[in-house]
Amino acid sequence: MIAVRDVYFTYPSNVEALKGVSLTFRSGDFVAIMGQNGAGKTTLVKHFNGLLKPTKGAVIVDGIDTREESIAKLSRKVGFVFQNPDNQLFCETVEDEVAFALRNFGFEKKAIQKRVEWAINLLGLTRYRQSSPFMLSGGERKRVALASVLAWDPDVVILDEPTIGQDYEQKEKLRQFIVQLNAQGKTVIIVTHDVEFVAECNPRVVLMAQGKIVGEGVGKQILTNRKLVAEASIVPPQISQIFMGLTGFGLPTDVIDVYEARDILLDFLERSS
Amino acid sequence: MDDIICESRAVGETVAIIETSNLTYTYPGGKEPSLKDVSLTIEKGEFVILTGPSGCGKTTLCRCFNGLIPHFYSGKLEGDIKVAGHNVSEHSIYELAKNVGLVFQNPENQLFALSVEKDVAFGLENLGLPRGDMRKRVDWALQMTSIQDLRERAPHELSGGQQQRVAIACVLAMQPEVMVLDEPTSFLDPLGAQKIFEVIDDLNKKLGLTVILVEHRLDLASRYANHVIVMDEGKVVLDGKPLNVFTSERARLIGVGIPKATRLYQVLQETGVHLSGVPVNSREASLLLQEVLARDRG
Repeated sequence: MIAVRDVYFTYPSNVEALKGVSLTFRSGDFVAIMGQNGAGKTTLVKHFNGLLKPTKGAVIVDGIDTREESIAKLSRKVGFVFQNPDNQLFCETVEDEVAFALRNFGFEKKAIQKRVEWAINLLGLTRYRQSSPFMLSGGERKRVALASVLAWDPDVVILDEPTIGQDYEQKEKLRQFIVQLNAQGKTVIIVTHDVEFVAECNPRVVLMAQGKIVGEGVGKQILTNRKLVAEASIVPPQISQIFMGLTGFGLPTDVIDVYEARDILLDFLERSS
Repeated sequence: MDDIICESRAVGETVAIIETSNLTYTYPGGKEPSLKDVSLTIEKGEFVILTGPSGCGKTTLCRCFNGLIPHFYSGKLEGDIKVAGHNVSEHSIYELAKNVGLVFQNPENQLFALSVEKDVAFGLENLGLPRGDMRKRVDWALQMTSIQDLRERAPHELSGGQQQRVAIACVLAMQPEVMVLDEPTSFLDPLGAQKIFEVIDDLNKKLGLTVILVEHRLDLASRYANHVIVMDEGKVVLDGKPLNVFTSERARLIGVGIPKATRLYQVLQETGVHLSGVPVNSREASLLLQEVLARDRG
């Protein structure tokens, strides 16, 4: 679906943000890109809908080189939800905001209504449909931005820091909803620092540091690898920290899920009694 | 049993720095109040976590602490609020700024100067501090937030995480008695966030700075707090020690992100494994689990 081939990117200010990144996303992948501030995560994903074009190397989306296609066309396939919703929202009502891109893409009026309804419902924004996005809280605005992208049903959904400002319940909804999107065959790429959220979602994890990929694999393995995690300026999930503090009992250390942790502990207690 | 915790404190031992009673506030044009009958006391030197579902009124309450409400946002404010002995309604934002520093949720709303150094110095210039003192304070604030190397950079060119540090440095430099931080680490990577929490914790312990932290990421933040306030739909629904709040059924029901260490304690409890205490962070959980595992093995 998306092939990143040895991509380098240098900003006009001469900051080299990507230094030879190669990566492949298949259709239906669920991937979390993690790493320290300034590692190049956002820069990388901005290449996927053509917002940025590589200085060297190439990004191929669905067989098309992003340098040879307009952002508008690429956006229809690859939806991007920004880190800061204020960079994305500008309409007077939530409803208009969600309908905006649909109108631009030339959907029919009826289809627009239906999709707006669907997206607003999905993100629990029904009571705000006539409100100005700017009257909403930070977390709510974030959901409006998400609704407006999901409304046009892109094949690939990129979420830049989707959990910022979201409470636990919203995060849980977001998680279920990402899992659902993914189950429908959508490619979901999240950029995040939220280790606990990743521990609960269990996507493939790509770790970045200083413009390069430093680790890639199953969440459970990557997030419990102390060396890698430190290199990417991440703190291991709390459950894994707890198990790291239980040395000498012969327990595994690559545990990130609460229920798995419970089962391992129960099993240990049963065996030793 | 009534699940609402409102712990009483011993009278006379501590000094209240923020007191609200029956505070109710409606934004201009708002249909219903964003704060409903909020009565709470925050004592000098406390490290408070203020949490609750998004849209529950946390940010609105913070805006009352430094007088943005009612002085900047008009609307309708009822009830009383006192900060450092001042009635907020009767003092200007300028006066209150010396007592209460607010770090905004979105750093872009707070930064505007052409260099980091100038942004950090801005509040001090307004206070009319002598040049030498100003230099010292700016240096100190930049050092505390580890951004000395960004001194000459333009804030709008920095990453979200770097901007957040600059915003904290700006408020730190003012050396207020109370620092209110509205999700100050949301754009930071976990190590960066931990570092900021440690800075805040240090200021709390060494300088006795009262800290009010609005936060959802309780896994990272809870170990520093000694007071947790949970809001829901404009009201304070839980108010007490972290342990009591996190283990309350109500906290789980309204969707407070209970630390995973506490959650593990709960799911073990449900299956009949009892730890001798309730952990709120990973270190405590490891120690409590070691006890149980060693006992069983022995």
